[in-house]
Amino acid sequence: MPQTILTDQVTSHETTGTKHHPPFEADRAIEKEANARIDQYPAEQKRSAVLPLLHIVQSKFGYISSDAIEWVAAKLDVEPIKVEEVVTFYPGLRQHAPGKYHIRVCRTLSCAMGGSYELMDKICELAGINRSQTSHHNPVAVSPCGTWSVEFAECLASCGSAPVCLVNDDFHEDLPAEKASELLESYK
Amino acid sequence: MPKVTYIEGKEPDEREHRLIFRNIDRKGWNPSLKKYLSDGGYKALEKSLQMEPGEVTQEVKQSGLRGRGGAGFPTGVKWGFIPPGNKKPVYLICNCDESEPGTFKDRYIVHQDPHQLIEGMVISCFAVGAKLAYIYIREEFPEAARIVENAIKEARKAGFLGEKICGSDFSCEFYVHRGAGAYICGEETGLIESLEGKRPYPRIKPPYFPAAMGLYMCPTIVNNVETLCHVKHIIEMGGDSYAEIGTPRNTGTRILCVSGDVQKPGYYEIEVGKMTMGELLNDVCGGPLEGRTFKAVIPGGSSAKILRCSDTYNVSCPPGTDKREITFDEIPLDFDTMAACGSMAGSGGVIVMDDSRRMSWVLNNINEFYAHESCGQCTPCREGSTWMKKITDRLVAGKASPADLDTLESVAYQIDGKTICAFGEACSWPVEGMIDKFRDELLTDTAEDHAAVTRNPEQKAQRRYLKGVGAQVGSS
Repeated sequence: MPQTILTDQVTSHETTGTKHHPPFEADRAIEKEANARIDQYPAEQKRSAVLPLLHIVQSKFGYISSDAIEWVAAKLDVEPIKVEEVVTFYPGLRQHAPGKYHIRVCRTLSCAMGGSYELMDKICELAGINRSQTSHHNPVAVSPCGTWSVEFAECLASCGSAPVCLVNDDFHEDLPAEKASELLESYK
Repeated sequence: MPKVTYIEGKEPDEREHRLIFRNIDRKGWNPSLKKYLSDGGYKALEKSLQMEPGEVTQEVKQSGLRGRGGAGFPTGVKWGFIPPGNKKPVYLICNCDESEPGTFKDRYIVHQDPHQLIEGMVISCFAVGAKLAYIYIREEFPEAARIVENAIKEARKAGFLGEKICGSDFSCEFYVHRGAGAYICGEETGLIESLEGKRPYPRIKPPYFPAAMGLYMCPTIVNNVETLCHVKHIIEMGGDSYAEIGTPRNTGTRILCVSGDVQKPGYYEIEVGKMTMGELLNDVCGGPLEGRTFKAVIPGGSSAKILRCSDTYNVSCPPGTDKREITFDEIPLDFDTMAACGSMAGSGGVIVMDDSRRMSWVLNNINEFYAHESCGQCTPCREGSTWMKKITDRLVAGKASPADLDTLESVAYQIDGKTICAFGEACSWPVEGMIDKFRDELLTDTAEDHAAVTRNPEQKAQRRYLKGVGAQVGSS
């Protein structure tokens, strides 16, 4: 693997979506939420709360910055690398800012048969997104205005109503490419 | 647009036997505790608390229930693996990481009927002696996580969870733990590692059988959502009565998820073994699309080997009788016959392909999934899954050589059985199955004139995509 891919994987960089997300800050509300999650695990097993804490960070700040990794590590009394190795493993955790609306289109078999690649093409066309630089290492592509970002997801478990996608936390199904503009309009 | 799929009043097919999915799409139904109680909810829990924990396990053993997550292992037997005289805490984990392509049953349970799951889980916790349980929900179900957390709150408030449940001496607590988009977390030991806050690298068995050395090295039972829901019904009706549903050794109901090229894709709950493949696809699902015929079916999630619809199968049908030839349409939908036919019932995800599909394209899509989802712990799987994808990239692009198919097959057989967890089989079986059944077709795809692949618009779209990202199409 070239060094650039490795570097790209373990550091965050600015995207056009950055402006839609506040910079990381551990305020009292987040501390409280985090402590409540930590309490769900046996006292000597605090490390178990790494995913819940990372989810709190990502949902509030859009992505997981290195500051956030250090904060999570400190909360759980582990070295930052123990948090970072988790962040870099899971496809659901991001180190770069997505758009204001992050769209995950399912590309797995049943959705692909139902036309999800066409749906992705259409969304990219409407949102002005160029996916040509994306790969499995850096799956998220953000529109120039920062409003939209897209990525292919692996099986969203709704194969019977293919093709499907997630827009932030909202699930949409039975969504052929013709309905892409209607979908984007509903978020404007 | 609605966040939760809910087709109010959608009637189940008359050939279905709805047990777990009784409340799915039911008119006037909602996921609240009030609704659940008005329908006789938590009665099975109260009944179980009058029993001894061992009696509950015995009922589950007698029911013949087999795990619905994919492996089909008898649930009661799994529970019995907790070492006798164990002094450590016992944990129960509900596996709601539903991520096998083609499977979409747990989605509806956690979105529409969370209390059924919670009731089944409390009963199971009582049986195995667990005081703490986690529901591992995949990250892609954010709404489900909220619904289940709310249901847990409701149940705790009403005394069905927490201290001294229903006035008994039994106490137990549940929490939701969300995953982060990794397929490997559906593997029970990978899930446990994930729950411990690490990378979800599966553990090797032996010695790390979860029932002995699971979460925090304590005895842990990991069961699928649907399996835990069945426990509630087993206690409600008694293990022996439950065993009368379905067929011997393949008892109860199971939810089949049909997707792909059929008139009516969707979820159908049937008695195990009482319906055939032909009845499911032609009658219940309305047959193939206009002007098409069925070509092949993946019967148990994308890691199951593909079955050709034009084949006959020489199997014991019903199980235990002498072998005979049956057609594809005659295959009963159970665990044992499906295994005898050379595939598996797996997670119940039935993916149907008609004569418009090119198998190289199908296989490439599956390979891309597994190449992406390999956790990277074992070399054969980490390297092999990507090699297999690169080869099928070439097949799809029409740039492969005839030798590529032999290489593909050899890579698959070098992964199969040589990895720590069953992901090795999951990624190699589709390749082995496809080469076994469709070698000729895959070979024609390697020819220079590769016209047929672009027959479907979706296929065109994928080919465009492959070119667009400069994937390894013909690059080696």
